[in-house]
Amino acid sequence: MSAELTKLTLTSALSGLGSGAFSSRELTDAFLDAIEAANPALNAYVLVTGDKARAMADAADARRKRGEAGPLEGAPLGIKDLFCTQGVRSTACSKVLGAFTPTYESSVTARLFADGAVMLGKLNMDEFAMGSSNETSAFGPVVSPWRRGNSETKLTPGGSSGGSASAVAADLCLGATATDTGGSIRQPAAFTGTVGIKPTYGRCSRWGIVAFASSLDQAGPIAKTVTDAALLLRSMCGHDPKDSTSLPIETPDFTAACGKSVKGLRIGIPKEYRVDGMPAEIEALWTQGIAWLKDAGCTIVDISLPHTKYALPAYYIVAPAEASSNLARYDGMRYGLRADGRDLTDVYQKSRAEGFGKEVQRRIMIGTYVLSAGYYDAYYLRAQKVRQRIAQDFRDAYEKVDAILTPTAPSAAFGLGEKSGDPVQMYLNDIFTVTANLAGLPGLSLPAAVDASGLPLGLQVIGRALDEETVFSVSAALEKAAGFAAKPTAWW
Amino acid sequence: MAIDENTVRRVAHLARLALPEERVAPMAAELNGILAWIEQLNEVDVEGVEPMTSAVAVALPMREDVVADGGSPDRVLANAPKAEDGFFVVPKVVE
Repeated sequence: MSAELTKLTLTSALSGLGSGAFSSRELTDAFLDAIEAANPALNAYVLVTGDKARAMADAADARRKRGEAGPLEGAPLGIKDLFCTQGVRSTACSKVLGAFTPTYESSVTARLFADGAVMLGKLNMDEFAMGSSNETSAFGPVVSPWRRGNSETKLTPGGSSGGSASAVAADLCLGATATDTGGSIRQPAAFTGTVGIKPTYGRCSRWGIVAFASSLDQAGPIAKTVTDAALLLRSMCGHDPKDSTSLPIETPDFTAACGKSVKGLRIGIPKEYRVDGMPAEIEALWTQGIAWLKDAGCTIVDISLPHTKYALPAYYIVAPAEASSNLARYDGMRYGLRADGRDLTDVYQKSRAEGFGKEVQRRIMIGTYVLSAGYYDAYYLRAQKVRQRIAQDFRDAYEKVDAILTPTAPSAAFGLGEKSGDPVQMYLNDIFTVTANLAGLPGLSLPAAVDASGLPLGLQVIGRALDEETVFSVSAALEKAAGFAAKPTAWW
Repeated sequence: MAIDENTVRRVAHLARLALPEERVAPMAAELNGILAWIEQLNEVDVEGVEPMTSAVAVALPMREDVVADGGSPDRVLANAPKAEDGFFVVPKVVE
């Protein structure tokens, strides 16, 4: 019974809780058992909060009994370690935060808990969300539950939300929170056969989420189905006066958009996303996706987004620049790691050198360099202008189309260690996802097929700003046509 | 604009990162590799383009300048590496 419970989708689990088929406590215990069995092999959770989870589940069961059930009442979720959780260690998977234990709750997790969600624990991620393979975590890499056929090679679940993706794919939670600065929700979702959406910039409050690049960071869910993602996103979004970039707008019922007819919608296919060296299987999947949408009554329109190739280089100026500024706060004085030193400056320098990992230090160096005197105009200002060009490409395209279809990532999941030698090779993972961050647009990845070795591949739907509903409708149509049912075999 | 080793040392100091001497040359190489790749942005015509400052155009929200939180030194100091009598304890700043 309990192994079956963890395999449920969020939607079916909520219906089981509603009908009284099982309690949140039973469901939560089933997940805690599954985590105990799988986590030594997968390393998806960096902290399991069993006692808190059981207490939250009991409280949810009591509320449901009183007829006060919220939209997510009793649903056990995993929380990415980038979210500050009150009284629960939150480290962004960096040594520099040590055992930092917030005395406050992030706005997004507060919203989820107010809607009845139960927290199972904190999920592993790349340090400060800087990475595409989860290999930069201070807690060690997450291992994907997926394998290439019978090979025992350990594969990455992607990054930075690798713990979230791995936990959802391995049935270690019903859904998870994640964040996306350049593709950190969508690329891991594509690598693990799960659904992930980054909403329009400003839909989710950034308050209480450890900052990486403030003009790009957005929270979103990773889930098992498109409808589950819609349900979670609805709870996560909403205006928050504590984040000045949070949009003062209503959150639509995203679930109502799932299953809505897509007949007559115009879908753009950007020619610039047909990149050199793209595996034939990804090309074929994209063609298949186009055919599915045609069958569903969509009109396919060839479009051009001419500045696409400049998106990643622009990102690698904007994101490190903002990161170098945001990470200046880690000085060893008020919280986190403090190293010994001969004077104040020495303490700063040693605390930061000991606390930050290699990739984070590299990005702080780039960011500090491009913002330093004499270089600001040549780098940061130019990158922000290129960013405007990229956003304009999308605005022009959305005169002619309602949504855009692309592959999510340029390859299937790769082996741990296979790409960690060359930073630029690693950065290229985000080539199809980073444009939506720069332009602030909603993007969703859903699993659509497996490659020859049995690994999942994802398609991405990018929508107009604030038009998540069309993204969900198109994605639900693709999900239905794809009928993706592959699951990793439990080897752990 | 290639970065030499002195620039690496200067930037590391600006970023308050202790960089061991043996890491200076490799860091210069890594940064130059990334910056060479970034140089392609010079191909883009950005004449007359306004730099992007926000994804969705909204006016910056204003609020009353009033105290909305505070009076909880225990919470503020809860994660301090060193605290005493309601204060952070830091290395000597003035000789």
